[in-house]
Amino acid sequence: MTTEKRGFLTVLWDFFCSLKLSIFLLIGLAATSVIGTVIQQNLPMEEYRRFYSESTIRIFSSLGFFDMYHSWWFILLLYLLTLNLIACSIKRLPRVWRIVSEPTLVLDQSLERTLQLTHDLKKTGKPDELKARLSEALGKDFAAPVVTEQAGEIHLFAQKNAYSRLGVYVVHLSIIIIFIGAIVGSLFGYKAFVNIIEGTGTSRVYTRAEKAIDLGFTVKCEDFSVSFYDTGAPKEFKSLLTVVDNGKTVIEKRPIVVNDPLSYKGITFYQSSYGSAGDPLYHLTVREKNGTTETPITARQGEWVKVPGGEARVVESTQDVRQFMPAFSGPAARLEVRKPGTAPQVFTIFENFKGFDAQRGGDLVFSLVKIDEKMYTGLQVAKDPGVWVVWLGCTLMVVGIIMAFFMSHKRVWVRIGHGKVVVAGTANKNQSGFELQFNDLVEKLKSV
Amino acid sequence: MSSSLLFNITTISYLVSTVLFFGFLATKNRSVGIGASAIAYGGFILQTAAIALRWKESYALGHGHAPLSNLYESVVFFSWTIILIFGVIDLKYRYRVIGAFVVPFALLGMSWAQLGLNSGIEPLVPALQSNWLLYHVITCFLGYAAFAVACGISIMYLIKIRQEDSSTSPAGGVVAMFPSSKVLDDLNYRAIMIGFPLLTLGIVTGAAWANYAWGTYWSWDPKETWSLIVWFIYAAFLHARITRGWVGKRAAILSIVGFAATIFCYLGVNLVLSGLHSYGGGN
Repeated sequence: MTTEKRGFLTVLWDFFCSLKLSIFLLIGLAATSVIGTVIQQNLPMEEYRRFYSESTIRIFSSLGFFDMYHSWWFILLLYLLTLNLIACSIKRLPRVWRIVSEPTLVLDQSLERTLQLTHDLKKTGKPDELKARLSEALGKDFAAPVVTEQAGEIHLFAQKNAYSRLGVYVVHLSIIIIFIGAIVGSLFGYKAFVNIIEGTGTSRVYTRAEKAIDLGFTVKCEDFSVSFYDTGAPKEFKSLLTVVDNGKTVIEKRPIVVNDPLSYKGITFYQSSYGSAGDPLYHLTVREKNGTTETPITARQGEWVKVPGGEARVVESTQDVRQFMPAFSGPAARLEVRKPGTAPQVFTIFENFKGFDAQRGGDLVFSLVKIDEKMYTGLQVAKDPGVWVVWLGCTLMVVGIIMAFFMSHKRVWVRIGHGKVVVAGTANKNQSGFELQFNDLVEKLKSV
Repeated sequence: MSSSLLFNITTISYLVSTVLFFGFLATKNRSVGIGASAIAYGGFILQTAAIALRWKESYALGHGHAPLSNLYESVVFFSWTIILIFGVIDLKYRYRVIGAFVVPFALLGMSWAQLGLNSGIEPLVPALQSNWLLYHVITCFLGYAAFAVACGISIMYLIKIRQEDSSTSPAGGVVAMFPSSKVLDDLNYRAIMIGFPLLTLGIVTGAAWANYAWGTYWSWDPKETWSLIVWFIYAAFLHARITRGWVGKRAAILSIVGFAATIFCYLGVNLVLSGLHSYGGGN
């Protein structure tokens, strides 16, 4: 029974230590990840019904394809990968650590036979004197050596970048740290959203599941504005935010734009969208065709106001007319004017083209001064206490990759004894590059 | 002198270089090979000047930004990075013939950009107004370019190994010019060793930017997911190197699949799927 049990555990352990499992999991993750990029994720069910039949929806839904990156099987693959890299590291790290911490200090015959780069310096002299001179030269041109005397021979050992052998394990550790950061973020953080109308404030934001979260302070939107390039493309979306905490204004009218958020007490507000809050107030002027006095008018949308000889109202308006009338730009309003005994007239006036209405040839000339329209700003709200853990992991990953890919563990031995001085060397990466360095070093050692 | 004229001359240089590289394969004439490399490098210098000039031109238009903001600019930059990485590998390992399988990628990019894409300089939309744009795009595209070079080398490997395996075919021909399959296998690995850290940096800078701009470092947006898919494939490649039975042919195939995924990540996601990246919509 016990042997069977041990047998099973050994099999399980070997399974998780296997590199073939790593390759299988990495390719498996790559292949399954494609699904979520082809099927749009987390749409409302009605949206899916437009694309798929009921039976397809049932199958996809049971397989978790509509939220596949959080489905049990995808998370399981990630857990398996984590277990796999932990097991691989546990199995291989001790051996690598021994190479780093207990280097082979003595160049014996059997080691010499395994090394490709060896050279007889053909040097004679007193061993002690040679030891001193070669040690100094090695220290100067490569790395300070460790001296070992054994069986009448003197061995010098010097190495560089021994720690680069740990690079792979630094990368493995970094992946685990990133996962920990992500878990911390999902347990103790949230992503939410809020729309704030200009001039108002809120202390509550809402998650995608429409759960209300109390901020513990109030955020006010003082003003929102959009600016455009000449081409009509948006240039900047800007909100002025004020934060009031415990009745005290702690941040006042701080502008936030896309790519420049506002943070307070670990909660960050990002400019995300905007829109009209409705109920605009129109400022117009009117004068009679031959008159000179401009009479100001203020009106809500659809509200009939008195004008000389009749009445007028704003039917509709836009902040940027270009999309409807490419020859014009800026705010515009459609007016309807009616007078007793004549047919009603409907026409457009523009804020940027003040005198334009005179060309219409009507009895009254209108111009648009300003549309006072309340906007709302849409803010993305995020709290993620795990984000620093993730950045720590990312930094470690880059450092680990550089250690693993671009630094090589170089070792050089010198053996003095029996009338011979032998130099040998090896590198665990880029052996041909090391060969040049080794030959250089040999020349220098010859000349001391 | 305008940048678009310089870009046209660049394209012609890469065309001439490609033709000469094929001529080099056919004739095995060393001076033809030197000419092919020289013209590719000349084109590269012109292209560098053209990119700098376009950058300057955007300031003259009043909305200065690095020329990395739309599909045209990114394809041009991709071509530039491919020649850059080819240059690094060529100068370091001195296997000129690789150019015959790499310069055509740059030529393809430049031809498409010059003939098929809208080259107008447009102002930056709010989402792209950040220094992260520079770090993110440069690291990603250098990574992509290294994978392009690795793909070219892998194609050479598969051709070479077929000839080495079939003892019946004559040892001469075009393939005789290729480095040995062992060298090609090693160069494939070295190119991916350049690309993988850069892709990692590209993903990390992208995540950092997303977190700075939207508050989420990872949202499984199709572009993000595809970059991770590419990362998984090359991670599998790197692990395959130290596993018995996975070097050689399988490694070469994995490298080609990796580059196909890279191209889908770069273009397919924008042209086929929907997402946040700027050159979507196919205009």
